[in-house]
Amino acid sequence: MPPEPTTDNPSTTSTSTSPSEQLLQEQQQEQQQQPQPQTHTHHTLPPPFTHTPTPLIPLTQGAEALVYRTTFLTPSTPAILKYRPPKPYRHPTLDRRLTKARLLAEARVLVRCRREGVAVPAVLGGDWEAGWLCLEFVAGETVRRVLDWWVEREGWRVKGKEGEGEGEEGEGEGEERDEAMLDLMRKIGRAVGKLHTTGVVHGDLTTSNIMLRPSSPSPPTSTSPNASPNVDEEEEDVSAYLAGTIVLIDFGLAAQSLRQTQEEDRAVDLYVLERAFAATHPTAERLFGEVLRAYGESYPGAKASLRRLEGVRLRGRKRSMLG
Amino acid sequence: MIALGLEGSANKIGIGLISHPSPTAGPIVLANLRHTYVSPPGQGFLPKDTALHHRKWVVRLIKQAMRQARVKIDDIDCICYTKGPGMGAPLQSVALAARTLSLLWGKPLVGVNHCVGHIEMGRAITGATNPVVLYVSGGNTQVIAYSAQRYRIFGETLDIAIGNCIDRFARTLMIPNDPFPGYNVEQLAKKGRNLVDLPYAVKGMDCSFSGILAKADELAVLIGEDVPEAKRLRSEEGELITREDMCFSLQETIFAMLVEITERAMAHVGSSQVLVVGGVGSNERLQEMMGLMARDRGGSVFATDERFCIDNGIMIAHAGLLEFETGVVTRLEESTCTQRFRTDEVFVGWRD
Ligand SMILES: Nc1ncnc2c1ncn2[C@@H]1O[C@H](COP(=O)(O)OP(=O)(O)O)[C@@H](O)[C@H]1O
Ligand SMILES: [Mg+2]
Repeated sequence: MPPEPTTDNPSTTSTSTSPSEQLLQEQQQEQQQQPQPQTHTHHTLPPPFTHTPTPLIPLTQGAEALVYRTTFLTPSTPAILKYRPPKPYRHPTLDRRLTKARLLAEARVLVRCRREGVAVPAVLGGDWEAGWLCLEFVAGETVRRVLDWWVEREGWRVKGKEGEGEGEEGEGEGEERDEAMLDLMRKIGRAVGKLHTTGVVHGDLTTSNIMLRPSSPSPPTSTSPNASPNVDEEEEDVSAYLAGTIVLIDFGLAAQSLRQTQEEDRAVDLYVLERAFAATHPTAERLFGEVLRAYGESYPGAKASLRRLEGVRLRGRKRSMLG
Repeated sequence: MIALGLEGSANKIGIGLISHPSPTAGPIVLANLRHTYVSPPGQGFLPKDTALHHRKWVVRLIKQAMRQARVKIDDIDCICYTKGPGMGAPLQSVALAARTLSLLWGKPLVGVNHCVGHIEMGRAITGATNPVVLYVSGGNTQVIAYSAQRYRIFGETLDIAIGNCIDRFARTLMIPNDPFPGYNVEQLAKKGRNLVDLPYAVKGMDCSFSGILAKADELAVLIGEDVPEAKRLRSEEGELITREDMCFSLQETIFAMLVEITERAMAHVGSSQVLVVGGVGSNERLQEMMGLMARDRGGSVFATDERFCIDNGIMIAHAGLLEFETGVVTRLEESTCTQRFRTDEVFVGWRD
């Protein structure tokens, strides 16, 4: 017979009704007293951007960098400043090492991609000690946002049609618009294929790091069903908007793949993108098939990378546990 | 409604009793007991011995929990047990206990995903509504966010789990397993000063630890007292590297990776809340680092103390009861367990 559970086994926790109830409430209160999230925290930019005549406009806080809008040489040439601030959570030695390595990797890969004809922003300047890069401005939207917008739109479209018998809607307009979206997916597949042909793997290929530079200047910004009363006109706008160029960004984790590991590295790129689709845009998951199809036809080695992808997926499912 | 929860997916057996007084009020913890199987230094816990340990403790802990909570058999609405993921033999020993009780008492069963248990308990305790979740334990390393009725995995380890990496390094340095290896590594790390260069392996929102562990193990050989002075590992300033420095360097490196992939997921989904769950989540340095990151993003970190973040029965009871309240039960014929059970396989019917 084992002895009674005692307190000298430090992980035998015993909690009785009232204290734990109290604890739940205490913890909840504590959390509520924490400061409310603000949309922008203030960071000081490194020289020469610390004091600019007109303050730089913060565009967004990415996964590791702060992105500002600025201009390059002439006031009418927009550019962006990508600043990797020191990460307060990271040991300073490790932080310097990583920031420098990533900034250099990004600059090198961008230059190389430009040379090889992959659509990426041009490098305009930079300082790896201070942690900034100045890049060509891409006038567009991340595919992450485009998909959100599309899914939401799709959602209200389906809802709105519920009354008239759901399911089969043979109307051409729906397919056309789907076609525009599928075409965008194919362009993504080809863009990734092109990148891989040059021997580069992205390393962080999510929908936040793929941008659409639309061909029509006015993107349909409506995300609410009431915003556009004229459906036909909007359909045209949508097709025009989606018919743009795919620009790949954010190459901080990119690498020139070695020949031996190339297939695996490429497959992992695709796997990361697949999961970004599945996790962020569950309802758009089927679109990803089109990305892969176009990718498969984009260069001679693509089929082999796709076969490898199956292995990577399988490993993912098997890995569900157990260290 | 009241649920009994049984957890035993790794080396801890946990028994919990929870009450959901009404759909709107928070849950009330009635009892939360746990007993840990501690293996000798330099050794991990084997499935067979762990299962034996759980079998030995399960009845005693349930009895004690019922007594402590002053709950009668009649008061219990369902029996929740860990369906997976975890180690086969320990999972089975606890599932068997759950099935027996279900037949004996005539109560429905609910099989619970261990990871979902951690997430739901963390949300209930901290009040974090829709956070990005970092789930870090001996068997798991996942970055998770909720979307469309599922907890979706954004990033994860590509090889071994973070807790496993720490435990194995502790074994290399012959650090005791009592109370648990990670705790002892954390205490040593607090006294470390020199950062030893270790590989840093982040791939998008995924990461990998096996290369780091291999390198750390390799370097650990060079700090032994039996190594000649001239060959001993030194810092750039020429100081001898200590065990403390090694633990410090390991933690600084692998925690930075965790914080980074969490930050990537937060940026991608546009969230500023982060919830840390799982045993490694009790590490204070990890919590501190996560807090610094979240603050930089104008957000905050939510964490629970070790009663709730280390494997326990209450989280199984809580998540199981949430599911039970949506009308889901696990029929006896289906009350199996599984070593592999991905977080995103569970249909989350209780959230919007
Ligand atoms: N060249 C660019 N033109 C326009 N917007 C950009 C450009 N580069 C980045 N962005 C915007 O800034 C965000 C973050 O930039 P990114 O390079 O991905 O940095 P991080 O590594 O922090 O994710 C992108 O998701 C995008 O919205
Ligand atoms: Mg990015």
